[in-house]
Amino acid sequence: MRTLKKLLAVALMTTAIAPATMVGAAFAAKTSLIMGMVLEPPHLDPTAGAPAAIDEVVYANVFEGLTRIGSKGEVLPGLAESWDISEDGKTYTFKLRTGVKYHDGSAFDAEDVKFSLDRARAEGSTNAQKALFAGIDSVTVKDASTVEVQLKSPAGNFLFNMGWGDAVIVAPETADGNKANPVGTGPFKFGSWVKGATLNLVKNDDYWGTPVALEKATFRFISDPAAALSAMLAGDVDAFANFPAPETIPQLRADPRFNVVIGSTEGETILSTNNTKPPFNDVRVRQAIAHAIDRQAIIDGAMFGLGTPIGTHFAPHHPAYVDLVGQYPLDLEGAKKLLADAGYPNGFKATLKLPPPSYARRGGEIVASQLRKIGIELEIIPVEWGVWVPEVFKAKDYDLTIVSHTEPMDIGIYARDDYYFNYNSDAFKATITKLNETTGEADRYALMAEAQKIITNDAVNGFMFQLAKAGVWNAKINGLWENSPVQANDLTGVSWSD
Amino acid sequence: MILFLVRKTLWAAVTLAVASVLVFAALEIVPGDPAQVMLGINATDEAIAALREDLGLNKPVLERYFSWVFGMLQGDFGKSYTYSVPVNELVADRVTISLPLALLSLLISTAIAIPVGLYAAARRGSLADTGIMALSQVGIAIPNFWFALLLVYFLAIWLQLVPAGGFPGWEAGFFTALKSLLLPAISLALPQAAILSRVTRSALLETLGEDYVRTARAKGLSRRSTIWKHALRNAMIPVLTILGLQFAYLLAGTIIIENVFYLPGLGRLVFQAISLRDLIVVESVVMMLVGTIIVINLLVDLAYLWVDPRLRHRRS
Repeated sequence: MRTLKKLLAVALMTTAIAPATMVGAAFAAKTSLIMGMVLEPPHLDPTAGAPAAIDEVVYANVFEGLTRIGSKGEVLPGLAESWDISEDGKTYTFKLRTGVKYHDGSAFDAEDVKFSLDRARAEGSTNAQKALFAGIDSVTVKDASTVEVQLKSPAGNFLFNMGWGDAVIVAPETADGNKANPVGTGPFKFGSWVKGATLNLVKNDDYWGTPVALEKATFRFISDPAAALSAMLAGDVDAFANFPAPETIPQLRADPRFNVVIGSTEGETILSTNNTKPPFNDVRVRQAIAHAIDRQAIIDGAMFGLGTPIGTHFAPHHPAYVDLVGQYPLDLEGAKKLLADAGYPNGFKATLKLPPPSYARRGGEIVASQLRKIGIELEIIPVEWGVWVPEVFKAKDYDLTIVSHTEPMDIGIYARDDYYFNYNSDAFKATITKLNETTGEADRYALMAEAQKIITNDAVNGFMFQLAKAGVWNAKINGLWENSPVQANDLTGVSWSD
Repeated sequence: MILFLVRKTLWAAVTLAVASVLVFAALEIVPGDPAQVMLGINATDEAIAALREDLGLNKPVLERYFSWVFGMLQGDFGKSYTYSVPVNELVADRVTISLPLALLSLLISTAIAIPVGLYAAARRGSLADTGIMALSQVGIAIPNFWFALLLVYFLAIWLQLVPAGGFPGWEAGFFTALKSLLLPAISLALPQAAILSRVTRSALLETLGEDYVRTARAKGLSRRSTIWKHALRNAMIPVLTILGLQFAYLLAGTIIIENVFYLPGLGRLVFQAISLRDLIVVESVVMMLVGTIIVINLLVDLAYLWVDPRLRHRRS
C-alpha cells in the first residue's frame, strides 16, 4: 500500500513537471549512440541490394568507396586520395591511400579496386545499380596504389557515381560473406545484429583516417510512427535521422531535450504520368494537370507542412537547380481551357495507383480531389511495392502514380528508352548526352538547367515537392547530417557534448 | 484413447498436407518477384535474372514445391531470400520473444478472467456482476493498441518504470527481459481476459442450471462446494476451447502490438517477409504455425478428456 501511495505521488509530481525532470544523467561525454531507423536492412551488402536501409547502416561507417559523398552532396576523396582525368575525359587515374586495412586485418590495394568494379559490372552481377558501372570499359592495376579506369565515353558524373554505396570497395576473400558479416575499411566494424531489433557497430581502432568519437553505434528498428515518438520521448533512442511521424514534430520542437532539424533529401516526389497513354499523350492534358495541382496544399495536407515545392525533377538544394514552380501556377480556368483544347471539355476518368508510403497514399487523396475540380475523376488503387514494381514500373500498366525518386542526380532517367514515364524527347536525350561528355562545372550546370526546362515545358510528370528529411536527435549530439544527399547515416563526425 | 490419438494424428497429417498446397499456391499467385523487390527499381533485367537463378526461382513450380516439402520433412525450412540465413534460425530468434510473450499474456488473462468470471456467475444479477460485465464489454471494445499506447505514455514516458519498447534479449538478464515484455503482455491480455471472463461466466451459469447441480444441492451440498466440485469442472470445456484459440492468436496474431512496442516477434517477421516477397519465409513460418495450432488443438482435446471423464469412454 505504501509503495502504491509513493507511486501515485511520483505520478502526480511527474505529471506537473514532467519535461523538466527527464533530463538524461550524462556526466561525461557519451561515446555511444542509439539511432532509430524505420526499416531494417535485409542484409548488409550495399553492392547486392537496393534497400536504402543497407546504406543507412554501412555507408561511410563500415564500407568506403573510391570517392565519398559529403553532407552537401559534394564529391570527397575516399579510398582514392586523388585522381587525374585525361583530356578526353575517358581515362581516370586514381591514386589510392596506402596503409589501409580491412576489418579482418588484410591489406587494401589496387587489386581490390579492380576486383570490386569488375565484380559489379560482371555478367552474373546482382548489383542493384549496375547502370553506374555500364560506362566502364576496363580497369587496370598500374601498381599497388594506382588504378586506371577507362570509360567507353566521357561521363561527367563518374566520380559522383563512384561515391554511391553500390560502388564501395570490398575484398575478394570476404565479398561473398558481406551480407551477414560485412568486412570493409571504414571507421566502424560490424558488431552484432539481433534481427528485427538492433544492430551494433563498434569503433575500428585500426582505421587509416581520423578516428571516430563514438565507441559504439546501435541502430534500433522501429517501424511504427507512434512507437518512434514514444521511443524518442522515453529516451530509448538518441536520434532519428528520418523521423517517421511528421505530425508530432511541433511537440518535439517544443521540448528542449531535442534538436529538430528539417533538411532536404534527394527525393523528388512526383505524379508520374504515362506519357504514351491517351489522354496523357497530349501535352495540353499534362499541362492542365500541372495547373490544377496545388503543391502547398499537398505538402500541408500529406506531409504536415514538411517539403519544398518543385517545378521540375531536380533537388532544390543543388546549385544547378532552376526554380520552375511558377511556370504552371494554380489556375483552374486555364487548366479547364487546356483540357477543352485537347478535346476533353468535360474531363475524363483515369486511375491513380498508389504505393504504400504516406506521401503517396495521403498525397494521392489530395491530388485526386484537386484534379476533380477540373473534371478529371481519378480512381485510387492502393498497391504494395511488390505489385507496383511489376505492374507500374515494368509493365507500364498505369495512368498516374505517385513516387518519390530518391536516387541522387537522377534527371537522366528521362533520357532512358523504355522508362516507365514512356517519355521520349530527342532534345532532352541530346542534352543529357552532352552533359555526360562535359566535365567543366559551369558548363555542366548550364546543361542541367537546360534539361530541367525541357521536362517542365513538356510537363512530363506532375512535379510536386522535394521530400523533407525530418531529423530529431538529442540536443547534445553534434555532427549528424541535416540533409541526405545520399541515403546514409554517416556517423564519422558524430560526437556528444558534455 | 489410442484410437482417438491415431485418428487425431491422421487428421493432423492431412491438414498439414492440404495447408502446404494452399500456402504454396497462394504465394505463387501473389504478384511480385522477390528478386525485383530485393534489387529495387533501378536494377537491370540482367541482374534480376542472375539473382533469380541464384535463389532457385527459375526451377519449375512442382520441383520447387516438392523440394520445399521434403526439406520440411527433414526439418529444413529453407533459406530466407532477403536475410540469407536459414528460416529455422530466424524463427528460433523470434520464438524466444513470441512464446514467452504469449505465455505471459495468457497467464495474466486467465489469472484475471477465471476468478472474475466465477465471481460474476456465482453472484448473478448482483451489482458486482453487472459491473464486471460492463467492464468486460469495455475491455472487448477498447482496441489493444490504443490501450498499449496509454500504458506506454504513463508507465514508460512519464514514470519511466519500464522501457517504451524493444527487447534487450534474454542474455540481458531474466528480469530485464521480462520487464520489457510486461506492457505488451498486459495490453494483449486485457481484451482476452474480457472475453474469457464472459465465457467463464456464461459456461458456469449454464452448468448451474443442470439437473445434477440441482441434485447436488438437494442432497444438501452447500452452494460453494456445488460450484467447486460439480459445476466448475463441467464449465471448463468452453473455457479451454477459447484458451486454445487465444493462445494460437497470441503466438502469431500480435503484429500490431509488436509494432507498437517494436518487438521482433513472429508476427512482424511474417509481415515483413510478405512485403519483401520473401516467399520461403512466409511459407515455412505459416506451416510451422499450422503445425503449432494443430498441436494446441490436440492438447485442448486431451484436456477435454481430462476434465470430462464421459468423453474418455465414449466410442464413436
